[in-house]
Amino acid sequence: MDVLFHNVRELVERAEQEEKLISEIMIEQEILITGRTREDVIQQMDRNLTVMEEAVERGLQGVQSVTGLTGGDAVLLQNYIAQGHSLSGDLLLDAVSKAVATNEVNAAMGTICATPTAGSAGVVPGTLFAVKNKLNPTREQMIRYLFTSGAFGFVVANNASISGAAGGCQAEVGSAAGMAAAAIVEMAGGSPQQCAEAFAITLKNMLGLVCDPVAGLVEVPCVKRNAMGAANSLVAADMALAGVSSRIPCDEVIGAMYRIGQSMSPNLKETARGGLAATPTGKAISKAILENGGLQSIKAMQ
Amino acid sequence: MKFTSVFDIIGPVMIGPSSSHTAGAARIGRVARDLFGRQPKWAKIHLYGSFAETYRGHGTDVAIIGGLLDYDTYDERIKTAFEGAEKAGLSFEFIPEEAHKDHPNTTRIVMGDDEGEMSVEGISIGGGKIEISEVNGFKLRLTGGMPAILVVHDDRAGCIANVANCLAMHNVNIGHMEVSRIERGLTALMVIEVDQNIEDKVLQQISLIPYITKVSKINN
Repeated sequence: MDVLFHNVRELVERAEQEEKLISEIMIEQEILITGRTREDVIQQMDRNLTVMEEAVERGLQGVQSVTGLTGGDAVLLQNYIAQGHSLSGDLLLDAVSKAVATNEVNAAMGTICATPTAGSAGVVPGTLFAVKNKLNPTREQMIRYLFTSGAFGFVVANNASISGAAGGCQAEVGSAAGMAAAAIVEMAGGSPQQCAEAFAITLKNMLGLVCDPVAGLVEVPCVKRNAMGAANSLVAADMALAGVSSRIPCDEVIGAMYRIGQSMSPNLKETARGGLAATPTGKAISKAILENGGLQSIKAMQ
Repeated sequence: MKFTSVFDIIGPVMIGPSSSHTAGAARIGRVARDLFGRQPKWAKIHLYGSFAETYRGHGTDVAIIGGLLDYDTYDERIKTAFEGAEKAGLSFEFIPEEAHKDHPNTTRIVMGDDEGEMSVEGISIGGGKIEISEVNGFKLRLTGGMPAILVVHDDRAGCIANVANCLAMHNVNIGHMEVSRIERGLTALMVIEVDQNIEDKVLQQISLIPYITKVSKINN
């Protein structure tokens, strides 16, 4: 199958040569591959955007997962921001809270849009709805944000992996954070090359991240990793917009991520046999949830 | 290219918590139902690797059952799929397996009713995307992202040409095709990915071709 780009280098080159946005190249490729109309493709992304918006709103009202392991932290963060004394800055914390909101809804078996997966679904919408308050984008620009994210995710999915079971959490939340960073740069008016730099800087700093979910559930540490993924992407986007570049080119960072994932022990790839899942508390939580009828038994022990 | 559409990356819209374990599982269940051609009365669901270890917490169990009931990844009824199965007369059993498969998220669904049985093995490759890796013992690669037909037939000369001719007569364009057989001269399987959903009358005509024993389809 003929595609417009196989890697980030080709993606950026094409955007530069044709003087188009990364998002535009992604839209054109989608039309080319699927044979659908432009209107149809844009409309589907518009619907995905609406799902994301509803998930953020629902999470900010407070949700609780079935197990009781996660929920309510997005509300705590919003209350803290409202007090006006945040150290890391309101926009960054707003992105963090909205990423958490989405993942709390996900853990509660609510409706979300995977970006690129469900476990990493918070970063892209979290950053988008925070940056929105600063940049005041049009609806079309918000939809473009998702196409730009998708373009980078497309490269990772086809050249490395976006699955925690195959590549560790670096492949899930690491990819999501890189995707968000690139999209923030485009929305803020940066160049296609700066989008690639932002992606590379973000993913470099999430390399080696293991997938070690307690009890195998998409809750601990997934929700907080989305929070930090969102923070990572905002900082990397600012660095790229400031003119900082990655010494290791974006495609090589993606290649490194793939090989790290390959050499990672299966214990650290979503099996819940290593990392945080294998800590005494992780194991106790797992036992309580999977065998002894819920978290109440742990609370009773304490 | 494993992933072809941007909506493989930004999507699917789904019920949480896991695109691999919940959305992918629901899709495998739904494709299995499509291939079986109707809702089965019973299903034995073998789970391998990460599926076997974490299926309860991820809702993999309710998702597969939801798929067998024809629910989409975003259908809120996934959460109550066990009750849905009871109402629909579908009994089921989950069997976590110790054996290792090539991919950590693999399930083999053996299902049936009074008229027949079928075994479908699927893997969830990430982001809600799936591949069907085996049907009734035949190895194959099928993404479920394109409409497709599966034709079980006797391994005889002319069978493939006759099916292709029948599709051509109905103006159906073949995008990709694989033929596999367990043993030469016995039973073979054609997997044909096509550009548009196939009408039932076309399936019926194919089923009338000599040496064809079973035809099923996946719509998209």
